[in-house]
Amino acid sequence: MDNRLTDKTSESRNTSLRTLMGTFFKIGAFTFGGGWAMISIIEREIVDKHRWIDREEFLDLLAVAQSMPGILAVNISASIGDRVRGRSGSICAALGTIIPSFLIILAIAIFLTPETINSNPTLTAVFKGIRPAVVALIVAPVISAARAAHIDWRTVAIPIVVALAIWSKLPVISNPILWIVTGGLAGWLIYRRAIANTCQSDNTTTKNTRGGGDEK
Amino acid sequence: MIYLQLIWSYLKIGLFGFGGGYAMLALIENEIVGPGWITEKMFTDIVAISQMTPGPIGINSATYIGYVAPAQAGFTEWYWSLAGSLICTITVVVPSFLLVIYTSHFIMRHHESTVIKGIFKGLRPVTVGLIASAALLLMNSANFGEATDDVIKSIIICVAAFCTVFFTKIHPIWVIVASGAVGWIVF
Repeated sequence: MDNRLTDKTSESRNTSLRTLMGTFFKIGAFTFGGGWAMISIIEREIVDKHRWIDREEFLDLLAVAQSMPGILAVNISASIGDRVRGRSGSICAALGTIIPSFLIILAIAIFLTPETINSNPTLTAVFKGIRPAVVALIVAPVISAARAAHIDWRTVAIPIVVALAIWSKLPVISNPILWIVTGGLAGWLIYRRAIANTCQSDNTTTKNTRGGGDEK
Repeated sequence: MIYLQLIWSYLKIGLFGFGGGYAMLALIENEIVGPGWITEKMFTDIVAISQMTPGPIGINSATYIGYVAPAQAGFTEWYWSLAGSLICTITVVVPSFLLVIYTSHFIMRHHESTVIKGIFKGLRPVTVGLIASAALLLMNSANFGEATDDVIKSIIICVAAFCTVFFTKIHPIWVIVASGAVGWIVF
């Protein structure tokens, strides 16, 4: 469909929807640890093994999937499916990723209800041990995410304020959506002003063409 | 009625869940635990189960919460729960699925653009705050116990688990399995 009508794409257009779905089903069923763990497996299966898309294209799709909200693994599967077999491909790939974890959790939800945990002393004790460890598992990515976001002494106030505001459970300011929207808007405005300043120093005060509005 | 509320909550989670599974937890906590669909304890248990089972945490939690929430609201038959699982799981993926399908070409062309770069620069520190808030919200008596004795044991498990995950390459699944075993012995 695109500008890549090479041998490779004609080969990938022969890929059956069943193979596509099966591949993502396998990835969904055997990858522990969520989104990022899945990415490397998807790359190996799709780029190295099946050669449906090349690595460069995979990285482009990954960049887009990352900039979307929602579940990264589903986003990347859908965009690969779309690239390989169009709309129906994207649906099959996304379903392949979702169905294994849906079925597994459904089975767990049926057999491991909160009542089961509370009425069984062994399970109660096991979960009492697990819960504090889960908290630790969420503290660890705070630090790695802060490193990845290049948080320094000037920007460190932002995550602290956000975390405390949400934790406070006060009306309005404890809503994470408010902070997500504010962060996006602030980033856009600051970046736009920085660009505008560069333009001014270039003595083009009136022609602010590289602002933001025209990009839409 | 409960389904409409679940759909509304999960649409918001699906549409504003930037920054991956852990950042999404802050949204789930706000939308699902806040109104009382599930208890704090259940929420932590779901995170633990999600870590031990394959698949993304967003899907796992949607399926589990969708199954449990109708029963909490009085719809105890199994088909209400199954419908809840299906509805939550589908709702959480639909917004981003549509965005990926219909806007990826646009984003692909513009992802070097100043607007999009600026937005993501602004979002990144917020994401860190979201993950931190999820961790803070979970540091409560539901997870660490009420009695001093329990709290001390819990803090020791928490610190040990943190050091293991942070300083070694041991997979989180084994940390959960080990802490479960420790819990079985000490509680």
